[in-house]
Amino acid sequence: MTINMPVPTISARAVRKSFGDHVVLDGVDLAVTDGTIFALLGPNGAGKTTMVRILSTLIAADAGDIQVGGHDVASDPDAVRALIGVTGQFSAVDNLLTGEENLRLMADLRHLGRAAGRRRIAELLERFDLTGAARKPLSTYSGGMRRRLDLAMTLVGDPAVIFLDEPTTGLDPRSRRTMWQIIRELVTGGVTIFLTTQYLDEADQLADRVAVLDHGRIVAEGTPAELKRRIPGGHIQLQFAEPDALHAAATMIPDAVPDDDQLILQVPGDGSVASLRRLLNELDETSIDVEHLSIHSPDLDDVFFAVTGHATTHLSADRDEEVLQS
Amino acid sequence: MTSVAYTLTDSATMLRRNLKHQLRYPSLTLMLAGFPIVFLLLFVFVFGGQLGTGLGGHGAGGRGAYLTYVVPGILIITVASAALGTAISVATDMTGGIIDRFRTMAISRGAVLTGHVIGSLLQTLAVLVLVLGVALALGFRSHASALAWLAAAGMLTLFAFALIWLSTALGLAAKSVETASNTPMFLTLLPFLSSAFVATATMPAGLRQFAEYQPFTPITQTIRGLLTGGAIGTQAIAAIAWSVGIALASYLWAVRLYNRRRAATPS
Repeated sequence: MTINMPVPTISARAVRKSFGDHVVLDGVDLAVTDGTIFALLGPNGAGKTTMVRILSTLIAADAGDIQVGGHDVASDPDAVRALIGVTGQFSAVDNLLTGEENLRLMADLRHLGRAAGRRRIAELLERFDLTGAARKPLSTYSGGMRRRLDLAMTLVGDPAVIFLDEPTTGLDPRSRRTMWQIIRELVTGGVTIFLTTQYLDEADQLADRVAVLDHGRIVAEGTPAELKRRIPGGHIQLQFAEPDALHAAATMIPDAVPDDDQLILQVPGDGSVASLRRLLNELDETSIDVEHLSIHSPDLDDVFFAVTGHATTHLSADRDEEVLQS
Repeated sequence: MTSVAYTLTDSATMLRRNLKHQLRYPSLTLMLAGFPIVFLLLFVFVFGGQLGTGLGGHGAGGRGAYLTYVVPGILIITVASAALGTAISVATDMTGGIIDRFRTMAISRGAVLTGHVIGSLLQTLAVLVLVLGVALALGFRSHASALAWLAAAGMLTLFAFALIWLSTALGLAAKSVETASNTPMFLTLLPFLSSAFVATATMPAGLRQFAEYQPFTPITQTIRGLLTGGAIGTQAIAAIAWSVGIALASYLWAVRLYNRRRAATPS
């Protein structure tokens, strides 16, 4: 590592991990800049959770060089632990305590002191909209409330680096949006966030940089915009009322791809106003009636297909199938 | 590195957490107390009249004499029964998500187990007081000196400490809470194969030898000697040796199990 370059908050080089003869991580390199959101994107079984467990000192890598906040995770795990907060995929709350008692437990373990702890707890309950339920047992909490409490517990000690392993998996759309809002607010406060997700739009919405993990390898990395630029997925979609109009338009526009069943014509293009105007003018001159027009901009779904050569759903070996078409 | 002060603070925090669990869900504590109380009632009222006449040396015989004979044994079975709770609460923690949270925090490594062990020890002492209260209500009387009572309390605490560490290790070794509630069951069976309920001299040869050399007999005999009179002799040394040995071996086993990071399932 060169000395005059800014040291990334999280850096990992050539990380390997196997369970038995099953290779989960096969030489992963990552660098996360201070104060940004980094998303590790991949389907179930890609190795995302294993990567988070290694970065957050829960398990040791078989090989590789990993630093978090300038500390080596293998030789100085306690220094790393003092900096980080982790919200795992599975609820890490004490079910026998109330929400407030859970936060109190975290404040005590972070050695916050009585007054400072109480202030922090009140502030977090308020911020996560849990004040009303603070003294209720967790059995009365909804899934979204538990997830918010889980994250609030992670934040008690003001961690500089936060790991979120699939923070919105299993949440309803509304809770999911709330969680996104919370994550965005965190990063404006200067925190560095490393999140994993199997939702392509989530990475697109939140992340400054995205790495695509597939079978334990990083197959693509960049900003969401950079990744999208790598694939020619953008097109204009024209919907026709009758087959004659579709065929007329298809012969007129050379690159267009007709779909006879749905009476749809896909015209490659980036959706710029100039290209749209040109297209509409041509259609106007030949008096072809278009019933409906829509613009499809490339999304990370297209990226995944382009970089791995297979659709995301093919990989989700172990669990739910709905996963990735968001 | 965490200082000694932080180790104490963290252990106290974990102890508070465990005591809060016990207070909020008293059914486990009541179940742990219920088992020895049922045995006390059963053995005194159902079997006591018959068993008491066989005691011979212990005064006039009969139900009253058997009550005096069996209470030390009941106290020992209380300790064994209460230790079951430790395995259950440790396994509940280890199979839940919160243990991973603790492991990613800069907290003293031993604090989680220390909290469980001290919490269980306090729970056991509370259950012992409850069981002893029932025994006194049934007419159990002791002429032991305050010093003898103190020594008996110390012996019971030491033995409880040993069984709680053993139960902690069993809770850590269990893959599920269900397993953890079954594996320490042998601890409640062993008192029956000791001098807790009947004198070992009445047992057939092979069983008698087993009964005389397993830890529950010297510990029962020590408590019996302290509370109701009778020779203790080398039994006290055997009792202390067994307790310290079990505590030490179980402690080392438990810490090893705890530090061995659970093999994570691939994501």
